[in-house]
Amino acid sequence: MDAETLMSYNWMLMMPEFMVLGGAVLISVLDLLLPKKTGREWLGWLGLAAIAGAAGVLFFLTPSETEGILGDSFVLDGFAKLFKILLLGGAALIYLLTFQEKKSEITERSEFYTLWLTGLLGAMFMSSSRDLMTLFVGLELLSISSYIMAGLKKKDQKSNEAAMKYVINGGVATAITLFGMSYLYGITGTVSLSDMSGQLQSLETADHLFVLGLSFLIIFTGLSFKIAAAPYHMWVPDVYEGAPTSVAAFLSVVSKTAGFILIIRLFYTVFLNTSILQGESMLMNMQPYIAVLAALTMIIGNVTALKQRNVKRMLAYSSIGHAGYMLVAFASPQSPLMFDAIWFYLLAYLFMNAGAFAILLVIEQQTGSAHLDSFSGLYKRSPVIAVLMGILLLSLAGIPGTAGFMAKLTILLTAFTNQVPMLILASIMLAATVISYVYYFRVFAHMFFKQGEAEPRLRFHPAAAAALLICTAGTILFGIFPDIL
Amino acid sequence: MNSLILTLLVFSPLAGAAVLLFIPKEKERALKTAGLVATMPALILSGIILIQNALGADIERFSVSVPWFKMGNVNLGGEYFFTVNYELGMDGFSLIMMTLAAVLATLSASASSFIQSGWKGYFSLLLILETGMLGVFAAENLILFFIFLELTLVPMFFLIGKWGFAGREKAAWYYLLYNGIGSAILLIVIVYLFGLTGTVNIEKLMDLAGDFPAAVQLGLLLALLVSFGVKLPIVPLHTWMLHVHVQAPPPVVMLHSGVLLKIGAYGTIRIGIGLFPEAFQTLGTAIMILGTVNLLYGAFLALIQTDFKRILAYSSVSHMGIVLIGLGAMNEAGIQGAIFQTVSHGFISALLFLLVGVMAVRFQTTDIRELGGLARKLPKLSSVLLAAGMASLGLPGMSGFISEFMAFMGIFLVQPELGAVAAVGLILTAAYVLRAVLSITFGKEKGAEGSLPDLKWHEAGPAWVLLFLIISVGVFPNGLAVPLQPAIETIMKGIGG
Repeated sequence: MDAETLMSYNWMLMMPEFMVLGGAVLISVLDLLLPKKTGREWLGWLGLAAIAGAAGVLFFLTPSETEGILGDSFVLDGFAKLFKILLLGGAALIYLLTFQEKKSEITERSEFYTLWLTGLLGAMFMSSSRDLMTLFVGLELLSISSYIMAGLKKKDQKSNEAAMKYVINGGVATAITLFGMSYLYGITGTVSLSDMSGQLQSLETADHLFVLGLSFLIIFTGLSFKIAAAPYHMWVPDVYEGAPTSVAAFLSVVSKTAGFILIIRLFYTVFLNTSILQGESMLMNMQPYIAVLAALTMIIGNVTALKQRNVKRMLAYSSIGHAGYMLVAFASPQSPLMFDAIWFYLLAYLFMNAGAFAILLVIEQQTGSAHLDSFSGLYKRSPVIAVLMGILLLSLAGIPGTAGFMAKLTILLTAFTNQVPMLILASIMLAATVISYVYYFRVFAHMFFKQGEAEPRLRFHPAAAAALLICTAGTILFGIFPDIL
Repeated sequence: MNSLILTLLVFSPLAGAAVLLFIPKEKERALKTAGLVATMPALILSGIILIQNALGADIERFSVSVPWFKMGNVNLGGEYFFTVNYELGMDGFSLIMMTLAAVLATLSASASSFIQSGWKGYFSLLLILETGMLGVFAAENLILFFIFLELTLVPMFFLIGKWGFAGREKAAWYYLLYNGIGSAILLIVIVYLFGLTGTVNIEKLMDLAGDFPAAVQLGLLLALLVSFGVKLPIVPLHTWMLHVHVQAPPPVVMLHSGVLLKIGAYGTIRIGIGLFPEAFQTLGTAIMILGTVNLLYGAFLALIQTDFKRILAYSSVSHMGIVLIGLGAMNEAGIQGAIFQTVSHGFISALLFLLVGVMAVRFQTTDIRELGGLARKLPKLSSVLLAAGMASLGLPGMSGFISEFMAFMGIFLVQPELGAVAAVGLILTAAYVLRAVLSITFGKEKGAEGSLPDLKWHEAGPAWVLLFLIISVGVFPNGLAVPLQPAIETIMKGIGG
């Protein structure tokens, strides 16, 4: 590849990524140059500006059709754009929460911001990548940034433990994913997803099919780590509990979105058009397995959340449950609503979860714990915050009037518009939802019914308060007008 | 303008709740007044529509339908594929139910002087609850129906759990979980229908649902019956309701037993019979048997209770049995009786729970063993209580009589043997009502010593209004029957009668 070819590419397509990368570089360079004693908090605003800039550029990039550069390993299509909106929006909203984190706990501010941006960069790359290499590099960039961020509270034992668990589990999951991908490469001899799809269409022999099925399941298992779904969900509560709360929010929103991007990108491009022996595609053939995993994820997440008295852990298990709901949509590949369902669910989840984490962060700071008791009598102390938390929890529980309800409705409809309506899976989903009422409403009971200790009112950093307001507004707005976007 | 009226009617309480947010929470009087006033627009509007309807105007012109949202970007078959409209509308039945909800909401707000603290939250929730109740009856499609139904769930949870009696939190949980499960089943049916047909409009579904295979129809109907059976409640899905009736604050129970239980009946009639008349006919006998079980079970247990609140709770179970009996009969008399019972029991139970609330405040107990001889001390209260009791046991001239008469006529036309068994329930009803009411009003004087105030104006007002409504329906049933007639005819047409 010579310079001329290189220059001929339409690099504008990658502009949002460049902005984020530029932000990360700028922050780390400034960190090197600035005198030791100078505060680093203001660097955070640079990062936010970079994300906002990326979002702005993305807004004007409207690909009429799929456009790719670098041998189509990086493409910008409608899918990439839609999911990048989610990634940038989620990263920016949760970024606002980092300003609330205590200076004494996260001492390495500029590293924090840099890692945030590189993590986001990895996720954005994943949404645009069309071959296994870029997919994997993006995945690792996101993962490694997250591992470090989870351990950023250096003096906190739980944070250390979280980082340790995360990196070991993550390493295993990555290895499993890579192992599965190697099968794909082995069968087809190419890393480009579109070439791979073409190769696989003409695949006939049963031996290969077996290997292909195996690779599907192995990759899926590996990726279930990223979206926090069974069978690879064990790390979630410990890491969420130990990591700084804003990082936990990042993991539950951005990282999960990235996981779904990877799953959809990979499986839809490669496995949907693979006609196996009976003329059915591999993806449809694998539907029962995905359905079982979805059911397991929903049940494990929601039932285990029942036992939690620590709200952070409860949100961690509930995030497992939400991954299960989204897998219900993924288990309905023939439904015309599948993409919309997952996308809208991630959008709703972004708002409601980020908002809940914002409040949790402030309460944790003030009372020193995320235990349910810290929420006791919140309505007396800060009625507005209690009501906002109430709205976000209602949305997480899927009560009408909130984005969470519309998202669940779309998923349910997806399950029923599949070629074979999945009545049982939908019933399990609703049963899981009713179970989730118990732990979400338990927080309500603590906030509104119980007497708490006389704590002073909650103090919000303006940035965190803005994030909370945006989240609540989004939750209500998309709950009433889901068509607005 | 006409198309705005229904929206105004449904959402005016919500707007009132928004106004309440700006009143400081210490201003007790202002909050109570604003809470009461906010229930008025719905009452006035439903009154206007009711009068116009009585004068022969077509109420369909109040319907409204605007595109709201669509699911995904699917355009597979026809214009309304996976789109959901914001559509409100009404017929005689829903108009009457809306009026019932509006009347009881105002009366309950007026009777809310029992509430000791947290008026701001209390009235806001009460108003949200009212919007939910009104919306359920106005909704023309299943998604809206569901949204409004769920809108009642959350305020009730708080109203019970925060302002109720000693066991309030447990009762709130019972309420949440039972009704949550009921709603979940309902949602499955709704989304299943949506996925199958691409629409949720009730009228369009009525055309389409007849083409489903019989097994699918029966399955969906059974799911609907379980779902609405929780709300109604049908034995054995009724346990939550006893907790709520005993533990929730009296004004809230007025609304709960007066309107929320009726949503179960309304849903069964509008959606269950409306969409699947043939399947409903198949289940007719089973439903009548269920109704008989409800009637007898409730009556027997009411007979052995000593707490007046529990007696009334079981009496509600029993009276809802009559609704089921009427519906199961699937003939004009039966359905008319069921709908009459739905409305009439709304008034009667609201009145009884209002009186229970008054007694609970005056005597700190509702145990009939500790109450007696009230007629001498509190003559007004006692007289209203006696009248309400008579209405409850179905004395001619009161609304309860008409509904029981019609429902039993329905069952005797199709299943006289079962009717004879069910009729035992009426005797039991007379027994437990008389036992409770007479032992409270007459006999040895018991209860708190010293002079206690009789009904105050804010208690007497709602009581007289309710009593007036009960008697007027009893004396002049056509006032109800005429607006209901078109709705009943639609149902009869559905079942080919």
